[in-house]
Amino acid sequence: MAAHLSSGRVNLTALREAGRRELRQFLDKCAGSKAIVWDEYLTGPFGLIAQYSLLKEHEVEKMVTLKPGRLPQADVKNVIFFVRPKLELMDIITDNVLREDRGRSPQRDFHILFVPRRSLLCEQWLKEQGVLGSFIHREQYSLDLIPVDGDLLSMESESAFKHVANMMIRMKREFPGSQNSIFPVFDTLLLLDRNVDLLTPLATQLTYEGLIDEIYGIQNTYVKLPPEKFAPKKQGEGGKDLPTEPKKLQLNSAEELYAEIRDKNFNAVGSVLSKKAKIISAAFEERHHAKTVGEIKQFVSQLPHMQAARSSLANHTSIAELIKDITTSEDFFDNLTVEQEFMSGIDTDKANNYIEDCIAQKHPLIKILRLVCLQSVCNSGLKQKVLDHYKREILQTYGYEHILTLNNLEKAGLLKLQTSGRNNYPTIRKTLRLWMDDVNEQNPNDISYVYSGYAPLSVRLAQLLARPGWRSIEEVLKMLPGPHFEERQQLPTGLQKKRQHGENRVTLVFFLGGVTYAEIAALRFLSQMEDGGTEYVIATTKLINGTSWIKSLMEKLEPAPF
Amino acid sequence: MSRARADEEEYWHSSKFRAFTFDDEDDELSQLKESKRAVNSLRDIVDDDDDDDDLERVSWSGEPVGRRNRLPSFQSLSNALSDTGVKNYAPELRRPKAEYKDYSSDWSPKDTVKRMQRGKVCSLERFRSLQDKLVLLDEAVAGHDGNVITAVLIFLKRTLRREILFRELEVRQVALCHLIHFLKETGEQKLLLDLLRFLDRTEEVALSQYREHLNIQDVEKRREFLKGCIGLPFSAEDTSHIQDHYTLLERQIIIEANDRHLETAGQSEIFRKYPRKASILNMPLVTTLFYSCFYHYTEAEGTFSSPTNLKKTFKIPDKQYVLTALAARAKLRAWDDVDALLTTKNWLGYTKKKAPIGFHRVVEILQRNNAPVQVLQEYVRLVEDVETRLNLATKYKCHDVVIETYRDLKDRIQLTAYKCKVERGSAEEQNINSILNNTQIRWKN
Repeated sequence: MAAHLSSGRVNLTALREAGRRELRQFLDKCAGSKAIVWDEYLTGPFGLIAQYSLLKEHEVEKMVTLKPGRLPQADVKNVIFFVRPKLELMDIITDNVLREDRGRSPQRDFHILFVPRRSLLCEQWLKEQGVLGSFIHREQYSLDLIPVDGDLLSMESESAFKHVANMMIRMKREFPGSQNSIFPVFDTLLLLDRNVDLLTPLATQLTYEGLIDEIYGIQNTYVKLPPEKFAPKKQGEGGKDLPTEPKKLQLNSAEELYAEIRDKNFNAVGSVLSKKAKIISAAFEERHHAKTVGEIKQFVSQLPHMQAARSSLANHTSIAELIKDITTSEDFFDNLTVEQEFMSGIDTDKANNYIEDCIAQKHPLIKILRLVCLQSVCNSGLKQKVLDHYKREILQTYGYEHILTLNNLEKAGLLKLQTSGRNNYPTIRKTLRLWMDDVNEQNPNDISYVYSGYAPLSVRLAQLLARPGWRSIEEVLKMLPGPHFEERQQLPTGLQKKRQHGENRVTLVFFLGGVTYAEIAALRFLSQMEDGGTEYVIATTKLINGTSWIKSLMEKLEPAPF
Repeated sequence: MSRARADEEEYWHSSKFRAFTFDDEDDELSQLKESKRAVNSLRDIVDDDDDDDDLERVSWSGEPVGRRNRLPSFQSLSNALSDTGVKNYAPELRRPKAEYKDYSSDWSPKDTVKRMQRGKVCSLERFRSLQDKLVLLDEAVAGHDGNVITAVLIFLKRTLRREILFRELEVRQVALCHLIHFLKETGEQKLLLDLLRFLDRTEEVALSQYREHLNIQDVEKRREFLKGCIGLPFSAEDTSHIQDHYTLLERQIIIEANDRHLETAGQSEIFRKYPRKASILNMPLVTTLFYSCFYHYTEAEGTFSSPTNLKKTFKIPDKQYVLTALAARAKLRAWDDVDALLTTKNWLGYTKKKAPIGFHRVVEILQRNNAPVQVLQEYVRLVEDVETRLNLATKYKCHDVVIETYRDLKDRIQLTAYKCKVERGSAEEQNINSILNNTQIRWKN
């Protein structure tokens, strides 16, 4: 079950095991039968650490979602709340506790598990409501970094786009001497704040996994897809209705085919799938050639694997078809064309016709925002006239309350005035070779294949750090936002990794503020470059795409529920 | 540590206490029950706010705690954090003795912060001087733990004069961020605004106040509120937008009242034929314009609900206006109105068709509203770009336009090929034939 976690250079199963151990310890502390009341947001990340079977082993008999009102009757000795430290959730818990029938027997004990950490604020809030004393065990479960795959860790933290460098530095300081001795395994630690590269998440990702995320959204390695293409085509089942429930699939490197195609440019996926189809067909044909008992036995023993491969192929063929419907649409093409114009530096200084047309046709606001922000970033900010023009059109079409949204984007540096009077982007683009005209999507030789021409700035920086080092791009670094520093930490000799001759260095790249699947693909590409010299493990506060990222920056414009 | 105190600790941690169960089995469950009972009994003494004031509560170190007052929440929040808190009255029986060993009042700011980072509640009262408090704050910031920083800020908020606190935070960005976030979370709008004003972040003040309008459901109240927002220190551009927002809502209220009246009276044809699906209140400007072009197209500029009035008041650009009006009239299948929109008279009195949005867009909108081919054809003909024109004409079966275009392009092959797309024996077929037979034309192929 943890195959995908041990596939990388660094064995992340240990991290998950530590997580499970901590969970078991807490559950055992609340002895007896238990019911868990879940903060819905946590069920996904927890699913990456432990399954229900583990909980059952520790007497978890019932699981419910956190919501106001009376808790369900369940005859358990303990009720444990698994929640994030948020005030609004404390209100719900208070409601649950106050409505508990004290006359019932046996009485149930309450406990809280704060994820990822306790909060003085929340506990005081509970005290204010008079319920703090109702809880026997109040603990924290440090679900900080969740191993998502063999080379990928995520915090899945909502407050992603804040300055979390501090936290990271603190973690780094605490590590010598702590249980999770992960860090001495890495030769280099690279902290990349999202602010340094605001461009990349705005562009539409063009890798297979990137497109799945852009179109359908991947949550904790799961994706929900429209079911029509996944209906089983069984004979003799005529007249059966098509399934209405979305098809849920898990996507990680444990699935061989997925591991092969996930990081490829989407245009290169088709040929892999058709090759695979031929191989699988041929494999199934082998049954006709098996003559001896030995050969038949061998064929049969391989059947499960072949069937899994065939089912995997069927799923991904369907997904690829779904994606192709979108990528071959006129709108996708027009949108991509404008994106690429901006990224290659064309016409970034005037109001764009396509954007205006989209506003006029009232396309989804997020799409508009992605494009205008992209233009702004590729122009080091927009001129007053252009900015005012866009703002006006947006406010008139989508509503004046979006002044707040636009203000948030401005604060984040995504949509702003060009203050310095000059555009630095062309220099940055040329020096770091961010736009590559001769991109090869089938057999890439450069990371720019992930956006069919644009090399993610963040990954380019990582690439140059390894070789030849940032000294060579000092001038350009000064143009990028934020302070830069290199911190060299001398590890105590006992912890220093003994590297074998010819072995690659291992670098942990920690993206503060989110990372896209395309950037992950680009780093994996660098890892397997023959003369690369470095392998990468990626950690982040959250996995993002342009849409989810902008959404998190947008004002919540519905009134608070009261 | 005094002897007495050491004895107290012994008492709490001794096995004597732990073994006090009613059950014979010394299992985990009954131990849990027992500790719970102990906790509950202590709770009765400690947490009861209705108790009389005589009961003095003391912490382990003998310091008096618990300023019981009915001040707003942030006060008591900081109280709790500055006193030793509930925890010490409900000890976890299995906690190692060592943790209580060095409970002294001599911790440096650095040590205090470290303890707080580990989740131990500490008394901050001993930091009395401004100097001490600032050192404590700086240590908290250096420790990078948001919880601790916030806790210290709560303490400072209670124990420092506002101006001093603001002044000190002005030069401590991280702490400032945390306080602002905290005030937003707990909804302390007034203090937040004061702080922002002090920092001269006046635009943020304005936006922060403006944001409140989203919580006002009643339309009249919201209108009043927006009116009040107009004078706030927004940037110049934003001021005009806020002004527009207010004016728009004001108009919408009038239109809504009027139209609801018309609807119920049942006299107006347009409202009978196309009953409204939603109210116009709080809709964006362009949506309002569409509505106006739909239901009030012919009204004179003087009325609040006329499209031309909206255009003038909000300075809607021609492009946007034509586009919206076009969409509305097309939906009503009012092709004459569409025609009039796109016709301009020049100074000689000649009319000419002009579209500030490109005729291919006009065609798109008309087609979406199922315009008849004759109407569609007229505008396809006006599409400037030849390739687009051909594409659209072929797509929407505007045969005449296709034929004309191929003729103008002198493309015999395509024209001949197109014959199969038209009906046998139709006027179009005859047309094609007559053109093909026209000897005057110098075909290019």
